[in-house]
Formats: sequence, C-alpha cells, structure tokens
Amino acid sequence: MKRNNKQQYNLDQKNLFLAFFRASMLGYGGGLSAIPLMKKEVVDTYKWMDDEEFSDILALSNTLPGPINTKMSGYIGFRLCGFLGLVNAVIATVLPTAILMILLLTVLNAYKDSPLVQGMANGVLPVAGVMIGVLAWDFFQKSRAGMGWLPTIIYTIISLFVMELLGIHPALLIAGLIGIALFSNADFRKERQVKDK
Amino acid sequence: MIYWDIFLANFVANLLGYGGGPATIPLLEYEVVDRYGWFSTQEFSEMVALGNGLPGPIATKLAAYIGYDQGGILGAFIGVFASVAPSLLLMIALLGVLMKYKQSPRVKRLTKIVRPTIAVLLGVMTYDFFFHSYENAGLGHTIILGVGAFLCLERWRISPVYVVAGALVYGAIFLA
Repeated sequence: MKRNNKQQYNLDQKNLFLAFFRASMLGYGGGLSAIPLMKKEVVDTYKWMDDEEFSDILALSNTLPGPINTKMSGYIGFRLCGFLGLVNAVIATVLPTAILMILLLTVLNAYKDSPLVQGMANGVLPVAGVMIGVLAWDFFQKSRAGMGWLPTIIYTIISLFVMELLGIHPALLIAGLIGIALFSNADFRKERQVKDK
Repeated sequence: MIYWDIFLANFVANLLGYGGGPATIPLLEYEVVDRYGWFSTQEFSEMVALGNGLPGPIATKLAAYIGYDQGGILGAFIGVFASVAPSLLLMIALLGVLMKYKQSPRVKRLTKIVRPTIAVLLGVMTYDFFFHSYENAGLGHTIILGVGAFLCLERWRISPVYVVAGALVYGAIFLA
C-alpha cells in the first residue's frame, strides 16, 4: 500500500488501535483464535494489506518462538505506522485483557480464605486440566503429522527421560533440540535417499 | 531482585516456546512454580482456567498477572515486555534473513523438533492438575468436572467463558 493513500484507507493510530483491540477482545482460547479475526480487520475491513502479505507475516511469526499474536500485531503496526504503530498495536492486543486478568484474579485472591472461593478454585482445577490436556494432544498430533510416528515417539521418550527422570531444565533440552535442528544434516541425507528411490 | 526474576522467567519461557502462546504455558509453569516457587500448582491452574475464559493472547495474560502478583504494576509491565519484546524485535531485525529462509527445511524443522517436548511438558502439567484435583476434590468430582468440561469444550464447542463460569458455580456449591 502506498504511503500517500493513508487517508483513503482510514489508516491512523485510532483505527489501528480499534482493529487490534477488536481482534483481541473477540478471540477466545488463546492467541491463535484471534488470527482469523485480525485478518478480517486488516485485510477485509480496512484493506491495509492483501491476503498474501498477511500470510507471509503469519509464516514469519511461526519461524520465531513466543506468542504469535503479539508478534503479528506488533509487526503489522510497525509496517503500517512505524514504531508508534508497533507500540499502539501491541498495547491494543495485550493491555485490555491483561487488566481484566489482573482484576479478576486479584478479587479472587482477596477472598482466598473463604471456603466458597476455595471451592470455586477446586472446581476450576479439572477444567484447566482438560484445557492443557487438549493442548498436549494437539501438539502430539501436529508432531505426528509433521514428522511421523516413530520420530515423535522417540523424541517424546527422550523428553520424558531428560526432563522427568534426570530433572534437567526444559530450557536446556529445547536449546539442544534447536541446535540439532539447525546444524544436523542427518534428516536431509535420509530425505535425499528417499528421493533417490 | 524480583524485577529481574520476573523478566527472566518470562523471557526464558517465551524465547523457547516454539508453537505460539500455548507452548509457553508449561515452560512458564516450570519457571514460576518449580523454579521460583511464586505459585502453587493449584494457583497456576486458576490462572490457566481464568486466562482461557478471558479473550486475548494467553501468554501475555499470564505474564501480566505473574508480574503484578510479584512486583505490582511495574512488575506486570516488565512481565509483558519480556514475553512480547524479544521475539517481536527479533522479527523486525531479522526480517530480511527470515524472508530468505522462510521455506528452509532447517527452519521448518525447528518448530517440528520442539513439538514433542512441548507435548510432554503439557502432558505432565495435565497429570499434575488432575492429581491435585483428585487430592482436593476427590475422584468423583474430578471425573464429573473433567468429563463435563471435555464434552462442553471439545464436543459441543461451548465458549470457555461459560465452561469456566459453570465450574466456578459447581465448585462454590459442591466443593465449598
């Protein structure tokens, strides 16, 4: 999009804030559910960028660790409105829900000793278990789809062994895996052999 | 120094969490429950459940609350900054390089190779949550709530807001 078209596309800090505020406030269940909503705002409603550009940014966000959502809003804000746009878009994404979270938990904590609140906390525990369990299954399935059963099982057993039995910090294990992914040639040789056949 | 610890806990969890916000949850739990001892498993489960009941990205909501609980408003700001800024700045700084290697098999393999580890961390966390629930509320209530929540969330696709609210009411009535 050309810079001098800013007015035509209603591109100012206020609309930038509103776009990311809406996408974030309507996206339940973690950052990923907000991405289609973000696309709707940025691509369909305001037409600040096209489909391809948006997909490119999504792919880029996926190559780096950390929350996808804030990386995308920050980067899109930066691309459209410079550094101020970056700060603005990240604030719109993060701040409203962060305040809600702090308020809710602070209120709950103030009545921590009341049996009623303790009962509520106990009620929510298995629900959190289901949420995390579903995520675990999700990662397992994606892993199987990405590299097949055998490597998934091998890496799962290694992870269990290293973290649970040896008690090694997960950060060290993941750092090691990142090293393997970037510098090992093993898989490429195998892929080439498969191709040759 | 508490601010530095808040920064470090969020920085480490987010920098190694390949696979978006959900991947950082177990890493964050490891830092704030196992390593720093700021929260119990039960308290962390409340954060996860209520965080999922609210809209918006999960990693930053957790970061904001953890920071606020340990270091007030400044702590909340530092927590969110540590979870958002490093990878965002990396993305902007490395844009050219990333564009070039976007399709590189090595970069794609990065996310793949970390997934089973994240799955294990999430799996262990699931076990912890259910085990604590079994200890606190007993087997019967844990099964009712667990199966009920699973059906509501996954089968009937009911919004987490209502599921979490329902669990709070159930707890207030039957578990108080």
